[in-house]
Amino acid sequence: MSTGTALSALTRRSRGRLPLLVTSALLVVMFTAGSVSYEGFFSGQVLLNLLIDNGFLLVVAVGMTFVILTGGIDLSVGAMVALSTMVSAWLVQLHGWPPLLVIPLVLAIGTGAGLAMGWVIQTFEIQPFIVTLAGMFLARGLCYTISVDSISITDPTYTAMAQTRIPLGDLFVSPSVLIALLVVAAAFTVLHYTRFGRNVYALGGSEQSAQLMGLPAGRTKIAVYGVSGFCSALGGVLMTFYMLSGYGLHAVGLELDAIAAVVIGGTLLTGGSGYLLGTVLGVLVLGLIQTVISFQGTLSSWWTRIVIGALLFVFILLQRLMTGRRRT
Amino acid sequence: MPTQPVLEVRGVRKEFPGAVALDGVDFRLFPGEVHALMGENGAGKSTLIKVLTGVHEADGGEVRLAGQVVRIGGPLEAQQAGISTVYQEVNLCPNLSVAENIFIGREPRRLGLIHWAELRRRAAESVAALDLDIDVTAPLNSYSIAVQQLVAIVRAVDVSAKVLILDEPTSSLDRDEVRQLFAVMRRLRDQGVAILFVSHFLDQIYEICDRMTVLRGGRFEGEYLTSELSQVELVARMIGGELSGPAEPAGASRAEPTGPSFLRAEGLARRGAVEPYDLDIRSGEVIGLAGLLGSGRTEAARLLFGADRSDQGAVRINGEAAALRSPRAAIGHGIAFCSENRKSEGLVGELTVRENIVLALQASLGWTRPLSRSAQDELAIRWIRALDIRPGDPEALVRNLSGGNQQKVLLARWLITEPKLLILDEPTRGIDIGAKAQIQKLVAELAGDGMSVLFISAELEEVLRLSHRVEVLRDRRMVAELRNDGTLTLERIMETIASGATS
Amino acid sequence: MSSITGYRVLRHRLFWPAVVLAALLVANVVFTPDFLAVRIKDGHLYGSLVDILNFGAPLVLVALGMTLVIATGGIDLSVGSTVAIAGALACLHISGSPDPGGVATVLTAVALALGVALVLGAANGLLVARIGVQPIVATLILMVAGRGVAQLITDGQIITITSAPYKLIGGGYLFTVPFAVLLAGAVVLLTAALTRYTALGLLLESVGGNPVASRLVGIRAGGLIALVYVVSALCAALAGLMISSNVSSADGNNAGLWIELDAILAVVIGGTSLNGGRFSLGGTVLGALVIQTLSTTVYTIGIPPETTLVFKAVVVITVCLVQSPVFRAKAARRRSRARREARPAAPEKLEVGA
Repeated sequence: MSTGTALSALTRRSRGRLPLLVTSALLVVMFTAGSVSYEGFFSGQVLLNLLIDNGFLLVVAVGMTFVILTGGIDLSVGAMVALSTMVSAWLVQLHGWPPLLVIPLVLAIGTGAGLAMGWVIQTFEIQPFIVTLAGMFLARGLCYTISVDSISITDPTYTAMAQTRIPLGDLFVSPSVLIALLVVAAAFTVLHYTRFGRNVYALGGSEQSAQLMGLPAGRTKIAVYGVSGFCSALGGVLMTFYMLSGYGLHAVGLELDAIAAVVIGGTLLTGGSGYLLGTVLGVLVLGLIQTVISFQGTLSSWWTRIVIGALLFVFILLQRLMTGRRRT
Repeated sequence: MPTQPVLEVRGVRKEFPGAVALDGVDFRLFPGEVHALMGENGAGKSTLIKVLTGVHEADGGEVRLAGQVVRIGGPLEAQQAGISTVYQEVNLCPNLSVAENIFIGREPRRLGLIHWAELRRRAAESVAALDLDIDVTAPLNSYSIAVQQLVAIVRAVDVSAKVLILDEPTSSLDRDEVRQLFAVMRRLRDQGVAILFVSHFLDQIYEICDRMTVLRGGRFEGEYLTSELSQVELVARMIGGELSGPAEPAGASRAEPTGPSFLRAEGLARRGAVEPYDLDIRSGEVIGLAGLLGSGRTEAARLLFGADRSDQGAVRINGEAAALRSPRAAIGHGIAFCSENRKSEGLVGELTVRENIVLALQASLGWTRPLSRSAQDELAIRWIRALDIRPGDPEALVRNLSGGNQQKVLLARWLITEPKLLILDEPTRGIDIGAKAQIQKLVAELAGDGMSVLFISAELEEVLRLSHRVEVLRDRRMVAELRNDGTLTLERIMETIASGATS
Repeated sequence: MSSITGYRVLRHRLFWPAVVLAALLVANVVFTPDFLAVRIKDGHLYGSLVDILNFGAPLVLVALGMTLVIATGGIDLSVGSTVAIAGALACLHISGSPDPGGVATVLTAVALALGVALVLGAANGLLVARIGVQPIVATLILMVAGRGVAQLITDGQIITITSAPYKLIGGGYLFTVPFAVLLAGAVVLLTAALTRYTALGLLLESVGGNPVASRLVGIRAGGLIALVYVVSALCAALAGLMISSNVSSADGNNAGLWIELDAILAVVIGGTSLNGGRFSLGGTVLGALVIQTLSTTVYTIGIPPETTLVFKAVVVITVCLVQSPVFRAKAARRRSRARREARPAAPEKLEVGA
């Protein structure tokens, strides 16, 4: 698989690679253990299903990576996803708007909301945690003002997106997977090959230094929340394709999954260090946990949360040890 | 030397609400020179640098770059105009690679994307140009502060090579690192860069600088060639004050206390803060620590309080070995410490005067043994009266008090714990004359009652007036002990500070 | 000088929360004229006000613990999970017991829930105080894993129980007053006594207000910080017992969902700054009641109850803006410009530096 090549690309830049190695090893061990234990586990389709089932999480986690790299946090992503499904379903299903108009509109709403939160955080120096918390309340609340119930979508474009299978030899993926991978590729390029991306890292390393070096620190900070907002909205669009409905209770707790994926992917919660491909690995680990638990059969789904919590604990301790050593 | 200065400041004035930080300051910087900016606390060095780098806007006067009057609106504009600054605390991003730190914001690009190979190549060239051996692909935080400092200089020079401001770059470097830094500075000077250098180490100033400008109290004191101004004269110009006659003692009796030693430090030291020093403090004795800013006076005192941990040496209290690992341990031994940073290290601003006064006593009792409210009120009111704290309302928020009254609150906080040794770091800085006199009188009285006091102040007159003995620090070393037997003069203390030896 | 007393009232930290609460109550009276009426029926107090107190009791408890945590400059995101775990444990114990209606069974169940909460709180405290993990991160772990643990305990089901003594905690009455209100009131008084009649409150405010200075006066911050996370977990566990008792069942998935956010909101509305330092238990109680009244109001006015979230969002942003130093500075600059013409600014010590 491509884990090996991805790894070698990652290990070039030293430091911070330990959690990433651990995550990759974890992924390999889990997949091997699953293949040995369960019949039908060892197949390419199981791996591709990870992407199919977690495409929206991947996109949301990409946005979260930008925010966490600057040392911030965005709690509003789950709610933004729900709002996007709701707005899509409402406009397409109940008002008959064309999807080609609705999707850009939804993306614009998400980006705008993200930028607005970023502006408040930057201008009034309020903790990102509390501002995005308010954003979360607002977005969930707006879902309910549209409708308290779930709205199903029967629009042909959406059902087509949900059912299309893009063949890869014997295997297949959904269009959403391609979109998610496209987002990953774009985000990777932005983070590693553009000034904006490097400013994101600089901001996470030291905001004061970034300012004194003449970097646009304020603008960058606002922009990462915009990126996160955009990714949440796009994640919402993908979820609409997946669920074929809009509902205010979609994606409850998704912000935790996204944060967990980013942390397990080796990004420091204090900002400044981490890799986008790590986040991809993090999402795959979360997906694999679910897959293993569903293959296991006797284990209940709530074990997912417990295992994720335990992994978070291990990785946070790991981060703490690394940063602690660096200081001395 | 060229006739036209690359940077010239005329009559610059900067006012803050209630204080004039700079008043009619002139300053000239020529290409190819290293120029020292000298002055004690409050002289206006930082403010001048902030005006030059655009952090502050001047209220009056003009700044000329290569003869042209300029307005500098911020750090970025300063850089673009050719003025780069390297601060004491390295202002780079520790998580990024050396190469990136040098080029961030100015990365070479190809098709809109960062051209990493080119970036690394150019970074390696810039580093090599200054004869440095640094792997530019390694993250910055894998290097020592000294190397990070040098990387900051590489960046600064690479951004704009006309004027380089080095604001206390040497304060945390060891000897070899300083030598390396100086080599880089000389190289740049020979290339025609104008360097403004700020350091508290007189030896370094005399080693590297061609000329110096001395500021005092926000005013221009003078511009001198280093070769024409002796260290003693320099210290006198920085500190000011009269240089004649022994000072009048404040206490009634100046007889040196002959009681037993309370605390004895032997070879106490902390790397990068203060070199090993010995100190013997008797009960009822006032010891003054004299030295310029950055000479290690605060650092030496912090070791005695356990605020920083020593990595060498031992402390004996009443003859017995004592481990001062934390402030709490030191407090247990009857030591109290008033930090020079009243707001950040002393007061809890949003608590009341009463709460701040009882805090240390309550901390030593623990939370389960509270002082009753009436006991707190009584203590607060007693000390508000005794120290004349104004306003006399124990429920006033301490952050609303003036500096002098805040200092008295801190004193009260420690005095109610009845310490055996009181360490006062700059207790009279920035407070009005009345409060200052009251605090000086209090110190003399406390010592008269048998308390030991370690008194740190930049004002030598004050140190001389109060102390039985004066320990002189210079470049982080305790260089001399002077007995205040009635013949000690300000001049002699200054000479000792300047020359580092007892004359 | 009556203007000064007026100014004092205006500046009192409980003034704004009280005004908001009063305004909400008045709004309710406009819509439902007998809103404030309290009657006694079957020896029990009835009325909207009683309902607000009764349903608000768990939130008051959780917010109380949160206040102490926030006073130290921390935050506890795990309270919602603790609520769920406590309720689940108690209900599991009672449902598995041969004598679900016995007082001894219920007491054991309560002790079990509180004991586990103690461990959970200590774990949070250890991570924050000893290992030095940021509070938001440390408590996030339990927030994520705790829901799973709660569901593990209930085996993903909703455990329903019939136990009169257990029902008392969240749904019973004592001396005509809902027991939950009495319990919450008692805990409020106990916490107030714990913080104000010992030196705990002072030392917590000192640690949160200026950690560096606190170290230099010899306060041992580690133990205090660990303690507040334990208190917070215990309060959450009590709230969890109340919630599950009220509905006679335990739901690992939904019990205490979002309560951490409501609790943080209550603390902020009550005037305690998220940056730590000064805290106000009274303010927090008012804040919690404001939130509960808001929910009730939305319900009685006939707006879909889910939209309460929109109101909460507006309240959070407003309160945070008002508390933001930058926002205040901008407002103050406008005010002082007018004042400066009247009298020159008092000389102030400045960090001019060297």
